[in-house]
This record gives sequence, structure tokens and C-alpha cells, in this order.
Amino acid sequence: MSQTVFEKSKPGRRGYLIPENDCPAGAIDLPGMRTTPLGLPEMGEQDIVRHYVELASKNYHVDKGIYPLGSCTMKYNPLVNEEIARLDGFTGLHPAQDDADAQGALELIWRLERALCEVTGMAAFTLQPAAGAHGELTGIMLARAYFNDRGEKRSVVLIPDSAHGTNPASVAICGFTPKTIASNDRGLIDPKMLESEITDETAVLMLTLPNTLGLFERDIAEIVRIVHAKGSLVYMDGANMNALLGIMRPGDVGIDLMHVNLHKTFSTPHGGGGPGAGPVGVAKHLVEFLPVPRVVEEKGSFRLSPDRAKSIGSVHPYLGNFNVFVKAYAYIRTLGAPGLREVAENAILNANYLCERLRTSYDLKYPGPCMHEFVLSARNLKRFGIRATDVVKRLLDYGLHAPTVYFPLIVEEALMIEPVETESKETLDHFADVLETIAEEAEKSPEKLHEAPLTTPVRRLDEAVAARCPDLCCPGDLE
Amino acid sequence: MSYIQNTDADRKEMLERIGVSSFDELLEPIPEALRMKGSFDLEAPLAEAAVAALFRELAAKNRPASAHASFLGGGIYDRYTPALVRYVTSRSEFYTSYTPYQAEVSQGTLQAIYEYQSLICRITGMDVANASMYDGATALAEAMLMAGGIKGSARVLVPRTLSPRYRAVLGCYAAARGITLEEIPYTKDGTLDCARVESALKEKTAAVILAQPNYFGLVEPARELAGLVHRAGALLVACVDPVSCAILAPPGEYGADIAVGEGQSLGLPQSYGGPLLGFMATKNEFVRRMPGRLISGTVDLDGKRGYVMTLQTREQHIRREKATSNICSNEALCALAAAVYLTTLGEQGFREVAAQSYAKSHTLYVLLAKTKGCRLPFGGHFFQEFVLELPVSAADFLKAARVRGILGGIPLGAAFPELGDRAVLVAVTEKRTKGEIELYRDLAAGKGAAR
Repeated sequence: MSQTVFEKSKPGRRGYLIPENDCPAGAIDLPGMRTTPLGLPEMGEQDIVRHYVELASKNYHVDKGIYPLGSCTMKYNPLVNEEIARLDGFTGLHPAQDDADAQGALELIWRLERALCEVTGMAAFTLQPAAGAHGELTGIMLARAYFNDRGEKRSVVLIPDSAHGTNPASVAICGFTPKTIASNDRGLIDPKMLESEITDETAVLMLTLPNTLGLFERDIAEIVRIVHAKGSLVYMDGANMNALLGIMRPGDVGIDLMHVNLHKTFSTPHGGGGPGAGPVGVAKHLVEFLPVPRVVEEKGSFRLSPDRAKSIGSVHPYLGNFNVFVKAYAYIRTLGAPGLREVAENAILNANYLCERLRTSYDLKYPGPCMHEFVLSARNLKRFGIRATDVVKRLLDYGLHAPTVYFPLIVEEALMIEPVETESKETLDHFADVLETIAEEAEKSPEKLHEAPLTTPVRRLDEAVAARCPDLCCPGDLE
Repeated sequence: MSYIQNTDADRKEMLERIGVSSFDELLEPIPEALRMKGSFDLEAPLAEAAVAALFRELAAKNRPASAHASFLGGGIYDRYTPALVRYVTSRSEFYTSYTPYQAEVSQGTLQAIYEYQSLICRITGMDVANASMYDGATALAEAMLMAGGIKGSARVLVPRTLSPRYRAVLGCYAAARGITLEEIPYTKDGTLDCARVESALKEKTAAVILAQPNYFGLVEPARELAGLVHRAGALLVACVDPVSCAILAPPGEYGADIAVGEGQSLGLPQSYGGPLLGFMATKNEFVRRMPGRLISGTVDLDGKRGYVMTLQTREQHIRREKATSNICSNEALCALAAAVYLTTLGEQGFREVAAQSYAKSHTLYVLLAKTKGCRLPFGGHFFQEFVLELPVSAADFLKAARVRGILGGIPLGAAFPELGDRAVLVAVTEKRTKGEIELYRDLAAGKGAAR
């Protein structure tokens, strides 16, 4: 256990001095002044460094080892991109600066938008959304604006039962009613089923491609045709776009709206849970509704164009997570067309290889070929009293990170594994060896799994206590 | 360079193990007709050194605020950031990890975010803070949705003195959700019209938004407003500048129900407006209505203290359409930066940042008050930012000032036509020097124009 900064604090210690004030400083005279101390910690620089180094040592991370969380695309984060993104010319810009002073930034945004259009086949992109879920929300707002503009009242959004939880949540914020459609026995959307579910009330079909089982919707062309025949739109959650780079483009099959995650497909770091970016791409008929301001190019110079009559407005106070764009665009420029295609090929190859290695030790409900990820089930270990949680906690003892567990909901005891393209065969083999060993341990010495993890900074934590009596704020001693 | 490590030999071996004779067989689920025929029309791949050069060139096309004496604010500020902040956020243990789904191997992130939540509580005086939102504006929009849900009402009062960027984002969310926003005008002293709030509250209202200080930098009568709002049975949502909380009564002191704000000032670069850090805090009674991740202290099997994500039944991955929000990824690394910043500045340092910003902005204000042709329409009850009416058009002044290395502020005419095209919003942080402030005064006086 590490003490908190509050426990380490000692009155009188300083971690940083700002330069002395060279202006006259009289008493502060304002109505409604603060009357209590803030209660901020007081520590010296060295001990603060040690505090965070100690905390850092308790984190698993991509630079340490394979991080196979399904649908999270934990690929390598190139170092040069981090270096580039720290350039003062990017980090020092204020968003209210004159366009003339931000030509490099505007050009970068404009070029990244175009690159994303090329990669996805969509007509235009907005980079404002700060995360994937924010992108979904933006996409649904766009759909809403589209139907309002046409004078159509549509209230339902169809979502397959394998979808990320963010999908129905994003839909609900916009006042639509999400309606779940069941996957068929192959884990896919059944066009016949879709045809029976879709009505004139349907605004959008929201699907994930490849889906969260790691499967490509074989009938996507037919699905799009059915949706369009009803005058509805198809939204594609592009969280799993990694498998499609250079192989197929959503725009070419008639997807109307989609988002991509720069922090997944385009290698920007996940930051312990953000910041990411969730740009939204649209087909031609939705371009006029995109958020403002837009970056426009005229004779090689760039400016922000604030107004568009039919725009939904702004989903971000400025242009989005600009510093993330820098890294994603650097990634695209480094890889180019051949590199991006290699990403998809190796993501697919790695997933299928790992799946093949593990399908005898664990259950595979939906056989492939899979795309970027696959979903195993630990239900075959239930007879030994072992659950998916036990398997992944044991993985931690072997110094590896766990896959996503208990998702998608349609697979019992799910282990959702996305190895990503940057992992080597040796790493995959080691990961598979360990998971095989764990499956054997489940039978021979299940207590090892029940007790796991034993080698981590803490053992299994009591989540029930936390939920019953949440301790969300370190109590102060200054009050 | 695609950062891929599989060799041709590896690929061959892997395909054999899978039991296919070529990679294309793995693409069998994708109908032929849908596959790309050619390849992307993108620029040729670049080696690391060439990419670095290209981006240095792009960066050099910008003239960043950081290379000027910047008086730009309006929500994003040029402040000192200790080296320690960048040191910690550049450690890959933090930046290459993800949401702490496996708590046992994520205690570093979890404890850091727990400390961040606690620090936000201390600054704001609120009971509980979440693990972060995208930015101040979307945090405010989420607070609006949260208040609407708690009160079962779709009407929210928004002051005209809230940042126009924030009003735009609120408007976008409100339209999607079917919430009616009613704008509250400001009085001649630049603060919100409490009488108008009082009369508007006669109709059922979910929440009233307070910007403290407001977009003009002015201190609003928070306590009086809180009384009005609570007597009417509505919620008070305070959107506050966190640095101002070192000087001004924090939202917890005047009884705000939800406090949100932009955390960029807490150690984040301006970065052309992103990534930012939305913070959100509330009273204990509303914690289960709050959006976003929450980190809680708990114990492990051996009774050892540790941290976990908690109250996840509020969240989208469990509750789906019934979740309090759709937010999943947030701005964890920015929250970490804020925690390091506040810990490093500490009680004294943070108060000093606020005090110097106050002193320096008031120094400029006093100088401008004595400058012929300059008008200060709203009086002196401001924290670090004020409205200046120039003798010439804002555009002309800003252009001339820029030549002298001064970014003179944000022109207000477009968002507030009633203030005219000579009005600018001037922010003065602790980073500005006496010399820069005097140069500003000289430029405003029409002296020392472009040489």
C-alpha cells in the first residue's frame, strides 16, 4: 500500500516556486471570498517524484507486455509520435488564436480529415468528438438532424445484442429508443430478422463492424440495402476498424455514418483511460449537418468556417483533442497505404493464430475465420468450479494482462481477446502457453486460480464494500 | 514502417498452424465484391526521421501563444507548468495503460485518480468528484442532463455570461435531448440578472447554471443565486475556474449541487484547445446520478488497502440505455496531470498562482483605467480577466499588438454584438510580467505601435 499524497504532506514543504510577483500586490478585495484553506498537500519535489514512480510501478501497460483487451486495440504507441506531439508549435497554441497563426495546426486537421476519408471511404469527417462514445453521440445527433430536416419523425434505433454498451447509452441521450436485435446462431445479424424488425419508425441501425465477436458481417451489403430501403441510416461503430484497413472501406458499402477511434486504430496512447479521439465520418447526404466550425482550404491556406445553416452545432468547445490528432496523423504518414494494409493483415493473422492455439483449451462458440479479435468461453472450466474471472486473475500472476471478460454478453464466461498486429509470434506463443497452462491448472489445482492473483501489488479487491460504502474522497484533516 | 514484428517466416508458420494456405483465405467472410481493389491514395510511407522533419515543419507554421506574451483566456490559459507534470505524464506506465479494468495491476492509475478526485473535492468544497469528463463544456452539458434527470424537468436557465463556446455545446446537447434552455441576460455591471432568474424560476426548472467567474471574468453573486435557486426547488450547477477557487468561495461553500469546470489550468498545455480536462463534483446525495468513472478505496483479500472502479451500475457497460451517461474513455491522463500539478504546487503554490493572477490582472486594469480612450465597462470585481473597450477596433489593436509579440485578448464583437467591435476579453495570468503588462498599456494607448 502506498500512502496518499495527503498522508505524505507536511506543512511548510514546497514542490515548486513560481517567480516572484513583479507587480503591485494589494489585498484581494472581492465579494464572496474563500474562507477555508484548500487542503492541498505540501510535499517536496523529490518525494513527489518518488510517489508517482512508486505508483507507476504498480501499473501494467503496453510497454511492459501484451495487453489483449478485446475491442480496445492496445497496440504499440510509437515513440516518435509522442516526441512530435510535444513540439511547442502544437502544444503552445491557444484555440482563440488567429487562423493566420495556426496554419500548421489547421493544415494538419484538414489533412487528417482527408486521410480518414480515404481510409474509410466516407465523404467528410469531423474531428470534434473526444472519444468513441462521444463520436457515437455525435453520429446519432447527426441522424436526428437529418430526419428533422426531412420532416420525418423516427424514434427507434436498432442495435444488435453484441454491441458495446456505449451504443444504446448514446442513443438514449438523444431521445431515441434503442431496440435490441438478436444475433443469429453464427453471431451475426440475420437479414431476415432485420427485415422483420425494421419499420418506418426506425431511424438508424447501429452496428459494429467487425462485430464484437470479431466477426465480419457477411451480409453487410444486404443489411445496408434493407435499411436504406426503409429510408433509415446505417451507423457503423468503427472501434474495430483495425481489421479493415486497406481491405474494405465502410463508405463503399453504403455506411452513412461511422466513427473511428484514433486511440485504437491509429495508435495514439490510451492514457490510462483517455484522452482519445472519436472522429465521425459521414456520407455525402449528411455533410451539411456536421459540427462547426469546419476547417476549409483556399489556395493552400486554411481557415475556420464557423457557420453552416444545418449544422448540429458544436460537440466540443474547440476543435477536439488536437494533440491526439498530431499523433494519429504522424502514424498515418509513417505507415502510408502499404503499412496500413499490413496492420490489418497482421491483426487478422495474429487473432486467427492465437484463436487456433487456444480453441482446444477453451470453448469457441462462434468459429471464424475471425477478424481482429475472437471470443472464447471459459464455460468448459465451470465443472472445476472455475470462472472466467479466475482464469484472468491467474494470468496476472504470470505477469500478463487479461483479455476483456464477460463481454460480449451473448457469450457465457466470455474471454474477448484482441492480440493486435504489433505483437510478435513469440509473444503470442507465450500468451497461449500460459493460457493453456491455466486451463490445465483449472483441472489439477483449481485453488491456484481461486487464490490468484498472489504476485500483484494487491490481491483481489472487495468491490462489494466499495459499492456499498464508497470511499471516493480522501478525508481531510484541515476542516 | 508499420511497427509489425512478424517476419515472412512467422507468417508462413502461423498460416500453416491455422490451416490455410494463404492469408486471403482468412478474408473469406468478406465478400469479394466488397474488398478494396487497389490501395489507399495516401502519401508514401516515411521513415521516423522524415516524419519528425515533416511535423517540425508543420509546427513551425504555427505561431503559438506560448511564443508571445499571451493575454488570451476565455477558458484556456497560459500558465507555468512544473517539469514534474510532464515527467509523470510521459511515463509509459501511465500513458500506455488503459482504463483500470484489472484493478490488481492498475493500482498506480487507480490511486492517482483517487487522489485527483480528492483534490478536486478540496478545491471545489464538494463531497465527491468523478474521474474526469472530456472538457469543461461537455462536463457542463452532462451536468445539465444529470440535473434534468434528478428533477424530472427539461428546462434549464443559462446565463448569457457563460462562455459562448460552452453555450454552443450546451445548445447542441439540449437540442438532442429535448431540453429547453432559457437565456438569462446580464445587467449593466456585467453579471447575471438575479431578478430575471427569480422570475424565470416561477416556471418549473431543473437547474440554473452559474459561471463563476463569468465569461467577462466577473465574480457573480453566487450565494444570492444559490438561495434563489434552492427556494424554487431547482438545482444550482456551478461552472467554475478551478484556480479562482483559491480566492473565491468554492461551490461547496455556497451550496452548489453540481460543480463542473475546465481543468486545463491545472498543468495542461493549451494544445489548440484539446485534450482538455472536464471535472465534475457533486453532493453525496447525487453520487448515484453522476456520470463517469468513480474510483473508490477498498481492501483486498488480505485486508490491504487498494482501489477499484465503483458504482459501475451507473455506467453504460452495465446499464446500457439506462446508464447515467454514455461516457466510457475519459481524460484520465489529463486528470493525472492535474493531480500532479496540484500536489506539486501545493497549498501555498496554488494560492500564489491565484493571487498573482489577481494582482497582475488588476495591475493592468488600473493602468488601463488611467489610459485615455480605454473604457472598462464592467467595474473591478473580477478574478484575472476583464473586458476592455479600446479606442480603436479590436481587430486593428490585436493586429498591431501581435507585431509587438503581444496577443491582446479575445475580440468579443462576434459573440456579444452588444459590446461592439472595440471590446476584447483580456486575461492576465501569473506568467505575465510587469514589462509585458506595461507594453500592453502602451499599445492600448496607441503608443509603441508597430515599428
